[in-house]
Amino acid sequence: MKIYLAKADAAGKSVALDDMILTKALPTTAGSKMLDGYMSLFDATVVEKLEQAGYSVAGKLNVGEFGFDVTGETSYFGAVKNADGAYVSASAAALDEGEIAAVVTLDVNGAPRRSAAQSGKVFIKPTYGTVSRYGTVPVACSGETVGVMANTSDSVKAVLTAIAGYDCKDGTMHPQSKIDASLRDAKPQKIAFLTGFDTDEAVSAKLSAFKTACESAGVETAQVDGSIFKLASSAWNILMCAELCNNVSRYDGIKYGYRSKEYTTIDELYTNSRTEAFGDELKAAILYGSDVLSTKNYMPVYDKALRVRRVLVEAFGELFAQYDAVVMPACSRLVYGDADVAPYACYEENVYTAPASISGLPAVVCAGVQIVGKAFTDGMLLELAKIAEEGK
Amino acid sequence: MKYETVIGLEVHIELATESKIFCSCSAKFGGEQNDHVCPACCGMPGMLPIVNKHVVDLGMTAGMMLNCHINRTTTFDKKSYYYPDLPCSYQTTQLFAPVAVNGLVDIETSQGKKQIRIKQIHMEEDAGKLVHDDWSDTSLVDFNRTSVPLIEIVSQPDLHSAEEVIAYLERLRSLLRFARVSDCRMEQGSMRCDVNLSVRPEGSNVLGVRTEMKNMNSLSAIERAIEYETARHIDAIENGTEELVQETRRWDDLKGKSFSMRTKENAGDYRYFPDPNIMPVVIDDEWFDSIKATLPELPEVKKARYMGELGLNEYDAQQLCDSRALCDCFEQAYAVCGNAKEAANYLISDCMNMLNKAGLTADQLTLSGAGLGKLIKLVTEGTVSRPNAKKILAALFEQDVDPETYAKDNGYIVSNDTDLLKTVVKAVVASDPKTVADYKAGKEKVLMALFGRCMKELKGNCDPQTLREVLIEEVMKA
Repeated sequence: MKIYLAKADAAGKSVALDDMILTKALPTTAGSKMLDGYMSLFDATVVEKLEQAGYSVAGKLNVGEFGFDVTGETSYFGAVKNADGAYVSASAAALDEGEIAAVVTLDVNGAPRRSAAQSGKVFIKPTYGTVSRYGTVPVACSGETVGVMANTSDSVKAVLTAIAGYDCKDGTMHPQSKIDASLRDAKPQKIAFLTGFDTDEAVSAKLSAFKTACESAGVETAQVDGSIFKLASSAWNILMCAELCNNVSRYDGIKYGYRSKEYTTIDELYTNSRTEAFGDELKAAILYGSDVLSTKNYMPVYDKALRVRRVLVEAFGELFAQYDAVVMPACSRLVYGDADVAPYACYEENVYTAPASISGLPAVVCAGVQIVGKAFTDGMLLELAKIAEEGK
Repeated sequence: MKYETVIGLEVHIELATESKIFCSCSAKFGGEQNDHVCPACCGMPGMLPIVNKHVVDLGMTAGMMLNCHINRTTTFDKKSYYYPDLPCSYQTTQLFAPVAVNGLVDIETSQGKKQIRIKQIHMEEDAGKLVHDDWSDTSLVDFNRTSVPLIEIVSQPDLHSAEEVIAYLERLRSLLRFARVSDCRMEQGSMRCDVNLSVRPEGSNVLGVRTEMKNMNSLSAIERAIEYETARHIDAIENGTEELVQETRRWDDLKGKSFSMRTKENAGDYRYFPDPNIMPVVIDDEWFDSIKATLPELPEVKKARYMGELGLNEYDAQQLCDSRALCDCFEQAYAVCGNAKEAANYLISDCMNMLNKAGLTADQLTLSGAGLGKLIKLVTEGTVSRPNAKKILAALFEQDVDPETYAKDNGYIVSNDTDLLKTVVKAVVASDPKTVADYKAGKEKVLMALFGRCMKELKGNCDPQTLREVLIEEVMKA
């Protein structure tokens, strides 16, 4: 079990980073043998912003290879398990140790949301384009977002305030004027609980408890059929693997990273380096991503996934005309055993997280449930998290 | 049987920007290997592309110069393939919404005038360069050229001979140099051309098997390659010497032959898709109009105006219109001095000589047009003599000096002091009775020797006509 990959001398308010966030001072591996020991020439914008706000980086935390798995199980450096033998994320395990205020982590495919739901942490995947992705290892750029995990919503809010804001080095950011509004303290009036997502009883109990807490805090609740959002998973799998396949193609053994010792031709250098340094789950994603982008499949598969993305954004829009936020599970169960992290499990377990990933909408996980809101209502979602905390 | 050659061209032009397309590294040609690189153009993780606005400006300019429709929303796409000079293993280019489409280019050959249709112009990044190191028997990568901005101009298959291809390329070069889109230097690789060629029986409307040729580094190499490839195709069709296949071929100019690089079956699937890190570039009216306003008058329109309105002869007008820099300088000088013929003469003879000596092209002229105009005024008003004007021009060529101040500071102002003139002439005449006698004896040519000595004494600062009159007067008196 490997929680920390590298530890820094933490002083004052300290924050840990997952190993998808590039730092000059510590290696950044993205959980892959390919980048074992890789030293970045520059710090991510979020690292600079944290330091400007008086936080120090306590260390780097283990992630699954390129961060898209269920909960970190595919890391080259080993999976993290708790005392009961259940799979947990390094981020949640590090927060349990109690020395750090928060973890800044890249949400590629929902792993931090699942982890927060299972471990009782608070996590926000903010509105796409409010936190700079400059200096994060790119995987699925059209949806991945830098988020914050902590033990309380106040800690999440404090760190998010520090890292959010316009950065000219990321061309997908919203202007500063929009981002400032994202943390306003608006009180939610009416929220919808999405039905149609299967979970175990433990997750259902979390949803019921949250509903009760909301109602006793004066928030009106309703039930809405959310079946359409189950489409998000297969569309997101297509988009994510396509972008992933393209993004990891830069790791070719030529410039940096792992290079095989066995080669005589350039093709052997590529093939052997990548064969030896990439894990099986990543290789499968590369193959799938290549296939959906092939000339034959581009229109019937990739282009269709882009259209599904648009349909889902519009479906969310219709819901948000009536409700301030929607509530849904973040994962199928609260404990992951071996079967739950089997190969390709991440393409099914992300049925709960893909809707917010594919649409770029903000999502907050607290008290074991996921709340998805309109763009730039990150502050309001954290207010709901506070209600859940107070209702405990 | 008679055959028709069908040719479409893909022309890559390196844009004249200071920095690269997605990062702030220098886009200059040359430099020490891997000098112009940063984590972004080396393909390191975590860097995000930010589009250089000047690249879009020049892409639009090129589109407008070639009479294209400009796509008001233009997007970037990723094209994936593995090669060591491509650090990300993908090239950012434009497939779905290129900056410009559906253009027209006028050309003229010995067969007359013709229009070539442009399919599209797209913006993209260049790749790096592989350098083979014989000492260690390895290939090394130089990323200086990586992400240098390019446009690719794709023509329709409207060309039918090497002559038409050369006329088309020369026309592109002239238009794009004039609009300052690129210096279009084939020998430095800032203009590169791939030739798609097929051959079919004359009158047929079915296209033959097409091959794509790369690696021609000059117009003459392109001409040779087209002639060779046409003959190879015809030979294959008529004599069955080989089976033609759709493939990419490399032209070897030394051997005078093309060689197969890869066939269609071996071509990779480029797996294009929209780059999620680059938002669509939206060209609003203000931006569009601001580019439109910078478009230069076309060279042939300028030439006609220089000949008609300004009275230049065809040779002079053509010389000037070969270069935008010469035209700009000429027009500024003319605005100041109002003397087109003088301005053209100084530029075409004196300035071109100085450029040649400095190893520069006409486009690299930095001479101030206003300065040249002021100098011409000084000459035509008789304030500065012609020999001294050349010295002032040489100074003006080096740096932007004020011609009048420079003339005063260096003693180049023509003197109106007739007493001084007479004193000098008298002294010269008195010092050389033999020459004076020869002149009087009818050898008129010897007067030039005396004239030259007087001019030298006066440091060139006198009116030659006055000097001549005074000199004859004094010689006859002696």
